[in-house]
Amino acid sequence: MAAVTATPPRKARHNWSDQLAAAGFLLPGTILLVAFLVVPFALAIGYSFTNLRLISPLPAHFVGWLNYQRALADPLVRQAFGNNVLFVVVVVPVQTVFALWLAILVNQKIRGIRIFRTIFFAPVVTVMAAAATIWKLLYAPDSGLINGFMRAITLGHFHPDWLHDPHFALPAIMLMSIWQGVGFQMIIILAGLQDIPRELYEAASVDGASGWSQFVNITLPQLRNTLIFVGTITTILAFRLFDQVFVLTQGGPVGSTETLMTRVITTGFGQQRIGASAAIAVLFFVVVLVLSLIQRIFIREQGEIV
Amino acid sequence: MNQAIATTEAVPAAERAAGTKTGQRSGLPLKAIGSYAVLVLLAAFFMFPLLFMFVGSLKPSDIVLVDGSSWRAFIPFGASLANFGEAAARADVGHLFINSLLITLSTVALGLVVNSLFGYALARFRFVGRGVVVAVVIALVIIPLEAYAIPLFYMMAQLQWLDTYYVQILPFIANPFYIYLFYTFFLSLPKELEEQSQLDGANPLVTFWRIMVPLARPAYATVAILSFLYSWGQLLWPVLVTRGPDVRPLPLGIAEFQTLPPIQWGDIMAFATVMTLPLLVVFLIFQNAFVQGVARSGLKG
Repeated sequence: MAAVTATPPRKARHNWSDQLAAAGFLLPGTILLVAFLVVPFALAIGYSFTNLRLISPLPAHFVGWLNYQRALADPLVRQAFGNNVLFVVVVVPVQTVFALWLAILVNQKIRGIRIFRTIFFAPVVTVMAAAATIWKLLYAPDSGLINGFMRAITLGHFHPDWLHDPHFALPAIMLMSIWQGVGFQMIIILAGLQDIPRELYEAASVDGASGWSQFVNITLPQLRNTLIFVGTITTILAFRLFDQVFVLTQGGPVGSTETLMTRVITTGFGQQRIGASAAIAVLFFVVVLVLSLIQRIFIREQGEIV
Repeated sequence: MNQAIATTEAVPAAERAAGTKTGQRSGLPLKAIGSYAVLVLLAAFFMFPLLFMFVGSLKPSDIVLVDGSSWRAFIPFGASLANFGEAAARADVGHLFINSLLITLSTVALGLVVNSLFGYALARFRFVGRGVVVAVVIALVIIPLEAYAIPLFYMMAQLQWLDTYYVQILPFIANPFYIYLFYTFFLSLPKELEEQSQLDGANPLVTFWRIMVPLARPAYATVAILSFLYSWGQLLWPVLVTRGPDVRPLPLGIAEFQTLPPIQWGDIMAFATVMTLPLLVVFLIFQNAFVQGVARSGLKG
């Protein structure tokens, strides 16, 4: 009964002053979103079917799917996509498991744990361009600290020229990306851990469940949505990979660190082929869209899932 | 280590009852020592590049290279602040810093106003098409800048907006994700307070400003921190829209400087320190807000 009587006032609020206030509150954001997101995104799709160039004496014209056909057949774009996929296949599981482990470690109730949480999170607060610059020197073949360490533990046998060797450039970028990004995921997972009802662990302890069995039967299922979320954003970030590559390798050596984003920028900005670049960007967006949809399918409704 | 155990024992009973299994196990000395050993090793992994940067910024450039591959990298032999002066002179770091500060603070401040107004309207006003607008905002969240950066750059070039401050500010004020964060936060607040204010005859803007903004401080802190980190670190967009050093921000500045001959690693480390240290200090002061902000960014539907 109470619910029924509560309805009329709500309807009554559906009035002109509300409409007017809403229009005023929404106006600045709407103008900016349309001008700087919706329109350029629509243009990206539109341009991808033209041969538009940044500066050209001839007007652009419609070329159908040509840009897409070329992009899909372009060995550099294929290599870039392959690199993105390799990055995802390695970094997403490693970084997610690492973040989970860190989150469990800093969730311990021991003295000084906040200091460790702070230290693990600190690289997130550094700027990627600055961090990558530091790592460039760390990766230097002779005067770099990483090879100093490698020489010491392998008795001088292993000291690759990380950023100039096609086999090691992408792994080098992976390692520094994990160093910089894992703290972010750690904090998100930590929040998820602290949301797990303590009673679940208490009940399991009473039943004599071991630490590992509690982890498998309580922690992991309870963190399901958090881990899917973390996995998805890490995957999407991996497809956006650009800053580290720009500073450390510029896509080289021999294309071993090209990514979809370096292709978009090189094609659209370096070569000024706006249309061709837009097609690669749209392909990139399709990947992101599919990943986001998969995430939404797999994340269950927030609610009790035990 | 004994101290650690003593404190665990001293924790009030209520808190101990709330402690997880892992927390209780730290009562065993061996376990505690093992935990700390692992934590210290991990701390070394996360700290060594930053420590290397700070120490390197204080050393003469040739020493940075000579000491680079051993433990000596972490000892500031021949420390001085000379590199900072040189980086300031060679890369105009001071000017770039002011550019970054201006761009970032404008983006963050205007973004807080625009996105919170938008999120509040979605959460509170009953207007025609509200459901559609909410759905559109959620859909826009998944479009990353990278998907439309080149057409946007083309638009800006046509408008002759390149090489300005506002081309680096205007596109990043309104943000669907921040709108969504504000929207969900305002939805979670009770309506009674505003209704009282409306009965008193205040207009919606006054109600919003006086009643809701103070209540929504955690949401503002979250968005401020996330957008500050994003804006301060941006590299891709400045690569596209800035030509010379006049309006260039720090990340592009260091990306260029680290390839500018003669390569002086001491100067480069000083540059990196200048753009990293202020953020680390702010982070240490507002640590809890940062951590909660990041945690909240994971609370999505």
